[in-house]
Amino acid sequence: MSAGVGVDLENLWIRFGDFVAVRDANVHIKGGDFFSFLGPSGCGKTTILRAVSGFLEPSEGNVLIGGNNMQGIGPNKRPTALIFQNLALFPLMKVWENITFSMEIAGASARDRRKRADELLDMIALPGQGDKLPSELSGGQRQRVAIARALCAEPDVLLLDEPLSALDLKLRQHMRTELREIQKRVGITFIYITHDQGEALTMSDDIAVMRAGVIDQIADGKTIYNDPATAFAASFVGENNVFRGKVLEVRGDQALIRTNRSGDLLSRISTANKGKMNVGDDAMMFIRPEALSLAPTGTQGDHFVTAKVNHEEFEGNTFNIFMEGDGGKELKVAIPNHGQSFEDHSGQDMTLEYEVNNAVAVPAGELAAE
Amino acid sequence: MTTDKIIRVSIWVYLGIFFAYLLGPLIIMSVTAFNSPSFPRMTPWECLTFNWFGELFRDERILNGIWNSILVGFGTVIMSVSMGLAGALMLTQIWPKLRATYYTIIIAPILIPGVVIGISTLVFWDRINRMLGLGADSFLSNGLFLTIIGQSTFIASYCMLVLVARLQRYDMALTEAALDLGATHAQAFRKVLMPFMMPAILSASVLAFLASFENYNTTTFTFGEYPTLTIELAQKVRYGITPAISALAFMIVALTVFFALINEANIKRKKMIAEARKDATVGELAGKIEVPGLVSRNPAAIAVIVLVIGVATVTASAMTYSPDQCIADVQEQKRLETEKRIQELRDRRAKEAADKAAAEGAEGGAIQSAPKPSNNSGFGGVFAPNTLQNEDEGASDEGAAGSSNNSGFGNVFDPNAIGNDDN
Repeated sequence: MSAGVGVDLENLWIRFGDFVAVRDANVHIKGGDFFSFLGPSGCGKTTILRAVSGFLEPSEGNVLIGGNNMQGIGPNKRPTALIFQNLALFPLMKVWENITFSMEIAGASARDRRKRADELLDMIALPGQGDKLPSELSGGQRQRVAIARALCAEPDVLLLDEPLSALDLKLRQHMRTELREIQKRVGITFIYITHDQGEALTMSDDIAVMRAGVIDQIADGKTIYNDPATAFAASFVGENNVFRGKVLEVRGDQALIRTNRSGDLLSRISTANKGKMNVGDDAMMFIRPEALSLAPTGTQGDHFVTAKVNHEEFEGNTFNIFMEGDGGKELKVAIPNHGQSFEDHSGQDMTLEYEVNNAVAVPAGELAAE
Repeated sequence: MTTDKIIRVSIWVYLGIFFAYLLGPLIIMSVTAFNSPSFPRMTPWECLTFNWFGELFRDERILNGIWNSILVGFGTVIMSVSMGLAGALMLTQIWPKLRATYYTIIIAPILIPGVVIGISTLVFWDRINRMLGLGADSFLSNGLFLTIIGQSTFIASYCMLVLVARLQRYDMALTEAALDLGATHAQAFRKVLMPFMMPAILSASVLAFLASFENYNTTTFTFGEYPTLTIELAQKVRYGITPAISALAFMIVALTVFFALINEANIKRKKMIAEARKDATVGELAGKIEVPGLVSRNPAAIAVIVLVIGVATVTASAMTYSPDQCIADVQEQKRLETEKRIQELRDRRAKEAADKAAAEGAEGGAIQSAPKPSNNSGFGGVFAPNTLQNEDEGASDEGAAGSSNNSGFGNVFDPNAIGNDDN
């Protein structure tokens, strides 16, 4: 496995007229990594990808691939290959011609191309399908042909623009594993764009969470999930319950927050915000549904929450309880199903308990839209 | 009869009328190409003849016109398809706010009358020619160049419309994918966009060629020393038309039907190949796919073959068949008929005159009480039976002289014969 070629974005700004699509992005992507940009649609992640692939010149800042500045170098000269959202397979070429298009451009003979295509078709588990047209393949097969076509160009960096979004759920989950395996096998840098946190978390070495042109946090999946840097990252990645309030007291790495409707609650301050949260600041506290558990009703304390139950549902592996929450949002509690008996508490008050370490406080900020 | 039945019947009747209206003139005109009279007509049917085709191919001006039309057609195809493609590409690339304006400008030549385009082409290139200080025989005032340029101004717009329709279905990501895989812009254009556009380019070419071939309004101002077929035909019609023009029209109709059928057969065949591919195994795809025979389940292909066989037989028989005997027979028959008609007319006149004279004689006898053999009646003797008798003799002499004349028109144009009839 080769070390791979790294990609750096330095103070990258991209503007379209007055609209700022990407604001001062600084990202270091290690060679051979599977790196994801995760964000809702319209957050500028595709714009970054187009800047890396060369279809777009940044307004300010630089794109470096393997340490070389890519300014003024067109997409056909960059060591990148892009897998388009709609795959963009050439509809009139057979599968093998599609896969070896880059070789045709380079002037390779038909025999060499055929041979290489057969190798790649074996790799993507479509042996002997080279003479079909793309329209004669299924969605997942087309997907793999697009990957083979990009790999045939032997790029240093493979860019993927939400390539799985057109597939159905089952196939998407299957392709996640497959993509990750291919990446490990070829050992080149993958840059992956997605709005699906599941895809980002399962496949990536590192993830950049983007919001409206700004990169909120860059870290591995576990860190982003457990230790979000911003309210947006906390609410966008996975399900989360939010408590709004003001910092009442800072105790080292912990903060006591006077919440709007659940009293004073204690939580851990997220790593990125240590030392930055002061008494009196607006703050948000996040607790995952699975981190809450039931406690004797009416228990008071700085890690107990009491609220009225709106409704409950049974989801198989968990019982979900929805309670009156903060700011019109419901508070969700997920109780693992161990086969215990479970009674309906709708309309009653219930008290929940959490471990302080599982609650995380960040400065108040924009939440992800649901 | 139920209402349902009435509706069904009236639909068939309507279709019948509709197709008769649509195809009737073509059919009648085609038939006239094979009838021997020198004015194109279907009835009365005289003799089956292929001479009008021979006549057509001996007509230097028509042949020259066809050749010029083909030259102009190819020039126009090249000019208009390339301008149309450029215009269509521009339309997809242009700044969106300008798109509507650009579209209007580029489509305007279709709305401008061809006459105006013809005149303006002539005037404009004449100015350019003079500005460059070139003579009247320069390339720019050459009829071929002017006609191609003039026709292309508006035919390019048609081509653009055809090409835009296809281009709108093109995914720009394909070009980007090609660039991303290392292709230059030229390579992406040639290897990805052009193959995709090919069907539209072909149909735009056919459209441009046909539009150029049939154009008259614009060409009439610009043709110079290169009169096209339409110009030649229009000039010919002024001196009266012959079935040779029907023969030309018939050939154009036959060629159109032929190519339409070929196209239809091709489409059907492609569909069958696609179906066969769908069912084919991987092994078959790599080798040769089993495709049903050329004519199976393909009525258009059968029609093409029937048409080709038909044309071949007709041409072969036309080589040996000679309508001369038939034409001579018809002429003889016509002559006899005319004679008979003249004779009948004469007999009737004689009978009428005799009746009249008899009646007059009886009347005159009653008044004058005595017949007057001398020619001094108030009517100048015109009613005298003797006088008539004399004239009749003269007429029959002349008639005999006329029948010895072997003209194909049975002497109807003989001024003497007319004089006889008038009497």
